[in-house]
Amino acid sequence: MDAKDILGLPKTPLPITQEKKPRPQKDSQRKPDGISREVYALTGGLAPLMPSIDASQLKRRPPSDEKITWQWLPFTSSARKDDLQLYHWVRVVNGVPPTGDYSFAKYNKSVDVIKYTDEEYEKYLTDPVWTKEETDQLFDLCERFDLRFIVIADRFPTFRTVEELKDRYYSVSRAILIARAPSPGEVAGHPLVKEPYNVSQETERKRALSMVLSQTKQQERKDAEVLAEAKRIAESRMAAQGAEEPDLPVTSDIGPESVERAIGHGDTISPSSVQVPSAAVAPSTSIMADNASTLASLRMLRVYLRTYALEQMVQAASSSAGLRTIKRVEQTLQDLEVNLKPKVPTKAVCAEHLELRKEILTLLNLQKQLQYKEAEGSSFRDGSYGDMPGTPKRSHRVVDQDRTFVPDAISFGGERAGKREQKRKGPGRVSETPSSPAHKRPRKMKALDL
Amino acid sequence: MGKPEDTERKKLKDVEISVPIVYGNAAFWLGKKASEYQSHKWTVYVRGATNEDLSVVVKRVVFQLHSSFNNPTRVVESAPFELSESGWGEFEIAITLYFHNDVCEKPLNLYHHLKLYPEDESGPMSIKKPVVVEFYNEIVFTEPSESFLARVQNYPAVTFPRLPAGFTLPSSAPIEDESKRKRGDTKDHPLNQWFLNFSEADELLQLAAARQQVQAHIAKLRRQISVIDGQNQQFKSSSDQ
Repeated sequence: MDAKDILGLPKTPLPITQEKKPRPQKDSQRKPDGISREVYALTGGLAPLMPSIDASQLKRRPPSDEKITWQWLPFTSSARKDDLQLYHWVRVVNGVPPTGDYSFAKYNKSVDVIKYTDEEYEKYLTDPVWTKEETDQLFDLCERFDLRFIVIADRFPTFRTVEELKDRYYSVSRAILIARAPSPGEVAGHPLVKEPYNVSQETERKRALSMVLSQTKQQERKDAEVLAEAKRIAESRMAAQGAEEPDLPVTSDIGPESVERAIGHGDTISPSSVQVPSAAVAPSTSIMADNASTLASLRMLRVYLRTYALEQMVQAASSSAGLRTIKRVEQTLQDLEVNLKPKVPTKAVCAEHLELRKEILTLLNLQKQLQYKEAEGSSFRDGSYGDMPGTPKRSHRVVDQDRTFVPDAISFGGERAGKREQKRKGPGRVSETPSSPAHKRPRKMKALDL
Repeated sequence: MGKPEDTERKKLKDVEISVPIVYGNAAFWLGKKASEYQSHKWTVYVRGATNEDLSVVVKRVVFQLHSSFNNPTRVVESAPFELSESGWGEFEIAITLYFHNDVCEKPLNLYHHLKLYPEDESGPMSIKKPVVVEFYNEIVFTEPSESFLARVQNYPAVTFPRLPAGFTLPSSAPIEDESKRKRGDTKDHPLNQWFLNFSEADELLQLAAARQQVQAHIAKLRRQISVIDGQNQQFKSSSDQ
């Protein structure tokens, strides 16, 4: 249309068939009176479905028998204590100005601040920290400023915190109330008596609030993380508890198993490296908890697929392992020619698969341990290099053996297993092994052997 | 999941019933009769793994097709639980299994990616040989009710668990005369010749062999570690001198 405009061509009327939905002809339809065209268009150019308000009623017209004028007249307000006379516009109906008080005077409310006599002060209200003068000043300010303590604190001659001022005011009021009451029962329901002002709590509350408000984004994040972690731990503990409570025989069976494993570790690892077994045991106990909670949650499902159950159990078992370790487990499975996800996931197959994965995790952990120990060993050797002439030869041989063994440990497969014995040379051989973790291995080894 | 400790437990709580199933699709290329929008005729199905009738456990199956199909929610009320259609596209089908009331009130979801075209894209497409993709899985019901156990105890579609000693079930109603009911098993299904066989024996062997290898390596590593530890001990004690 615009193009035709530009070209100066005559505009041809659009055929009706081109339009998918014929628009309601709102231009020809008379819009209702009472509201402007633009406002009406806001509704989409259509009348509202429900007749909400009759449009003609929207503009309230005064009854025509009244004559309205506006006059600039003086007024007074009962809210003022003086006789100040101000002027304002007043709507005059038929020559009669409105009567009555200034319409906003009714909003002039104030607080009933207690006024005590001097005798009452001597009898009930003396305080070591407050002089009578100060207390009088306080009450005067309270009356003037309607208990707006922030303003009062500002104006108070000596320095006092808002909490102190509040404390003094409320305790004095409370004391007077109780003293003046004919019997204690009558005032027992009064809020001042029932819930006295607690200074320490208020101070603490405000301090905590300001701390929270002034937290940096990083602190906020850290807090959220810690809370989420705590929640997770609590939940897993609850689930484990829920699983353990009815399943006491099961956990007692699992117990000796994990102890066995720990002992197994202890046998092969010399007492010098105490940290590693504890690190190995800690994951195993937490994995036990994960397993138990996974089993419990599976049972709660009532129905599930075997593959889903296996996924959950695998996740639970590798919960302590990083992404790289998990990838290495999967690589090992591939090297062993085992399907990452079993093709025939029966109960037995899934159980075997899970056990295999756990064993591979153990294998990888042991390899890491071996690395650490060799690093230890080589650092010892370096330290005593000058002292023991016999050492270098021995160290080379040992390192040789390890270098050939360790990388091969990852490369499985029928043929390679046989060739293991033949490889007794230096680092050069190692780089030939094609599997990717093995590539990383030799580099690590080289870095260690100084 | 098959820990030896589990089978020692004598509580009914630990009993689970499993139903081995196979689900997937078979797709036939229509060849000369293929049009742009209907190039294949395919059937998606859920069957018992040994071709037994699943309706002892499954009440109905709902196949949710791509929204471009008319009435994409297809409900199949009786075995064999399958759905045939024609089309040209591969998409994910959500299969929801609804079970009988005494079995389980919650439905179970499976997802299957419909496959029409063969893996080997360059190969010729045949009218006679369908593209078949199947997956094996097992539906596991935990804490089955006694009525469920009683009802299914004689049905081959279900892997019946070993019940704790001393636990007896009421005898179930005798199996209905098969000839009276419509056949729900897939033993003579027209697609039967293309069904894949799933045998756990091969996979078990593979896994056992793998585990042996891994265990052997673990043992060797442990020996190595103890050797190194011995050496490190020596170094330590000698350097202390």
